[in-house]
Amino acid sequence: MIKISRAKLTDGRVVDIDIENKVITKLQTSTGKPTADAIDAGSKLLLPGLVDLHTHLREPGREDSETILTGSKAAVAGGFTAVSAMANTNPVADNAGVVEQIYRLGKEAGLIDVQPIGAVTQGLNGEKLSEMGAMADSIAKVRIFSDDGECVSDPLIMRRALEYVKIFNGIIAQHAQEPRLTVNAQMNEGIVSARIGLPGWPAVAEEAIIARDILLAEHVQSRLHICHLTTAGGVELIRWAKARGIQVTAEVTPHHLLLTDDLVENYDPIFKVNPPLRTQKDVMALREGLAEGVIDIVATDHAPHPAEDKDCEFHAGACGMLGLETALSIVVKTMVQSNLMSWADLVNRMSITPAKIAGYKSQGQDIAIGMPANLILIDQEKSWKVDKNLMKSKSKNTPFHGTELPAVVTDVFHEGEQVMKNGEILDKGTSQNE
Amino acid sequence: MGVLLSGSDIDRAIKRISHEIIEHNQGISNLVLMGIPTRGAYLAERICNFITEIEGSVGCGVLDITLHRDDLRLRPPKPILPTKLPQGGIEGKDLVLVDDVLFSGRTIRAALDAIGELGRPKSVQLAVLVDRGHRELPIRADFVGKNIPTSISESVKVNLKELDGEDLVELLK
Amino acid sequence: MISGHLLSAEDLTKESALGLLATAKELAAITDGPNKKLPTLRGKSIVNLFFEDSTRTRISFESAAKRLSADVINFSAKGSSVSKGESLKDTAQTLQAIGADAVVIRHSASGAAKRLADTHWIQAAVINAGDGTHEHPTQALLDAFTIKQHLRSSENDLTGVRILIVGDILHSRVARSNVILLTKLGATVTLVAPPTLLPVGVSNWPVEISYDFDKEIANCDVVMMLRIQLERMNDSFFPSAQEYSKRYGLNSSRLRKLSKSAIVMHPGPMNRGLEISAESADDLKSVIIDQVKNGVAIRMAVLYELLGGAPIGAQR
Repeated sequence: MIKISRAKLTDGRVVDIDIENKVITKLQTSTGKPTADAIDAGSKLLLPGLVDLHTHLREPGREDSETILTGSKAAVAGGFTAVSAMANTNPVADNAGVVEQIYRLGKEAGLIDVQPIGAVTQGLNGEKLSEMGAMADSIAKVRIFSDDGECVSDPLIMRRALEYVKIFNGIIAQHAQEPRLTVNAQMNEGIVSARIGLPGWPAVAEEAIIARDILLAEHVQSRLHICHLTTAGGVELIRWAKARGIQVTAEVTPHHLLLTDDLVENYDPIFKVNPPLRTQKDVMALREGLAEGVIDIVATDHAPHPAEDKDCEFHAGACGMLGLETALSIVVKTMVQSNLMSWADLVNRMSITPAKIAGYKSQGQDIAIGMPANLILIDQEKSWKVDKNLMKSKSKNTPFHGTELPAVVTDVFHEGEQVMKNGEILDKGTSQNE
Repeated sequence: MGVLLSGSDIDRAIKRISHEIIEHNQGISNLVLMGIPTRGAYLAERICNFITEIEGSVGCGVLDITLHRDDLRLRPPKPILPTKLPQGGIEGKDLVLVDDVLFSGRTIRAALDAIGELGRPKSVQLAVLVDRGHRELPIRADFVGKNIPTSISESVKVNLKELDGEDLVELLK
Repeated sequence: MISGHLLSAEDLTKESALGLLATAKELAAITDGPNKKLPTLRGKSIVNLFFEDSTRTRISFESAAKRLSADVINFSAKGSSVSKGESLKDTAQTLQAIGADAVVIRHSASGAAKRLADTHWIQAAVINAGDGTHEHPTQALLDAFTIKQHLRSSENDLTGVRILIVGDILHSRVARSNVILLTKLGATVTLVAPPTLLPVGVSNWPVEISYDFDKEIANCDVVMMLRIQLERMNDSFFPSAQEYSKRYGLNSSRLRKLSKSAIVMHPGPMNRGLEISAESADDLKSVIIDQVKNGVAIRMAVLYELLGGAPIGAQR
């Protein structure tokens, strides 16, 4: 049994809780004094574990940049108790065999729930549907399907995919990028790209696909999720779709809530990401959209890359940034400290709603008796300085190296077991696959 | 700090040098002058004006030596100043180089190289306002305003009206 | 004087650019003399690191370096594809080990020169000889030099000179560098191109934009034609070479509309018959050969200012 005393909830209550057999068995108002044998939260915030619907764990195939174990550790360090692993592995997670392997490796790592996402099309090539039914029926029970990294650009394939996943109440997560409008694209197309001479990735290439897919989702009455929304126009489209009652959800990444395209000025590929960093106007629209709930969730798009893929000219650089370990702090900085959102809103966008979209029953639940004990403690008074050399991820490609960020995750509980204690990850699993 | 040459001393020296140049070259028919920037160029102009007054018109130019210095890699790069050929060029002429202070001789060596880029004079002579000694190369002046023995740690500062507002040569310790 | 690297026309102030033009003028005068070789950079190693074919730019830098007595190493990385073969980092570290004092880099990726200068891969002075669709600062300097030579030889800068830059602005490093430098020197610049060949975001540049060559041609002092890359033809930037040539080529009828004193420029290599007719290229108004000649003097000036003294921090 684990006891936690003097934990502060987002509604302001300070409580003592007991955890037994993976669930919360007792919850009462704290006396204000630490209880014997209990972990003393000392008025740190107690939140349900965060849930990330967009993570690249790189295993199988690119174990030099991340493994499911190192990715799980990075997730724990960032306060996540569940992550959804994108399908663009090698081999691609487009069949039951690969998704079961990923699921099993997640169990072996034993730190968090690792839920594989299945590919929409075979080999992510956008031409033939993958066996989504078999993946849904596998032990991994896949419900989210995505070709992330590639856009399902063929409208007919997208229509079929949206229709097909209705069989098992699945959802298609679209990487919205019209390929013909983004040939050789390197960064946001606009004032900065014009000046520094990098081929542009226009906002319309994202928005055109979002608009099309919203209409398709309405037509076939299916569920659509838009990955990493980055433009003010995209927010407008989602707002419009929701007003029409279309079943669409959308995510924003922490880096798109903070960083802008002028950072690319020095051609450092650390700021190369797909979709690209946009303008300040877009950033402000994304923050408003997230606060309003038009954008449902924050997802990290955690994308580890080895050093040589970033230590090069911009064109040769790989797209993507680490995200798991800094996500919470970036959201606190951009949304909570700016008074756009409360801590309760943050829990909604980073835990409750993502779990709901994915159908993860044991995640994103209220902190109450009988509820699953996937919990985290956060010291909201403290700040920390990002050091790429101290990341739990196997890679170092964080754009936030050297940045002082608010809020420190100190303790993480997964299925009633403590997996992080005072910032130290406790090895629970059987995997040695670092 | 001491005054080595006053304004009137400088004036006399220039006049004497001018006479010596005319005498040495037996007239001005094949004579041209080139001054080394910055102050050498002004001195050359003064000599030229004086010779023109007493003997007739003589060509005067400016010779920048920056690109030929042997101490380039020891100091920050210097802007290149315009080089101006005297009227009639230097080919086959008796060319008198003019500088303010003769010291190590390295400037003059560089000047001889720079002349080589421009053509082949019949002869090259050297006129300086002050020779302070401490030569590092086998170079001597043909016409000297004043020989001033100095210690290596001292420096000689030439002020000219055109640049500095007054004519004065000082010794700085 | 400039110091460190030359990566972009943005690195130049009006004063330092005019200083380079003055230095180049002196160097041109010297190298026009009987002896073309100066001892100034004796013992310095300059590497021409060309990831893209450009014989013209390479030989221009090469003769500039040789006239200053520097040793020149030509490193042609063409074919040894950057993505497949050696990385830029490894190449740079190799050049560092060899002891390069300056690297003149031509690369297909925008920003490659800046990366070379910003990272710790190599200590040498970096000179951008064209990076992707970004910049080509020495081309802008030689263009400014040529314009000044012909139109403003006795004035300080290019105030009042009206310049048309015509053609593929979107992909042109020459246009970007020229817009920055020429406007800095007081010229007014109008870009003439079909909208497909203008970057989104061009509205922020200190220039006028026009789609109509015929409307602009009579009111300019300089018309600078840009090369149309043949591969653009297949990318629907314009319907056909014929249509492009008709609307945006400098043909004889447009040539006749130019004012008396106007000059015609082209960075080369030309597609005769496409963006410029043979008649225009060979006309008395054409200063294209002067551009090539001035390129050597400008590059000598840049090499002299960057390498002519002790490296920064190593001065006595």
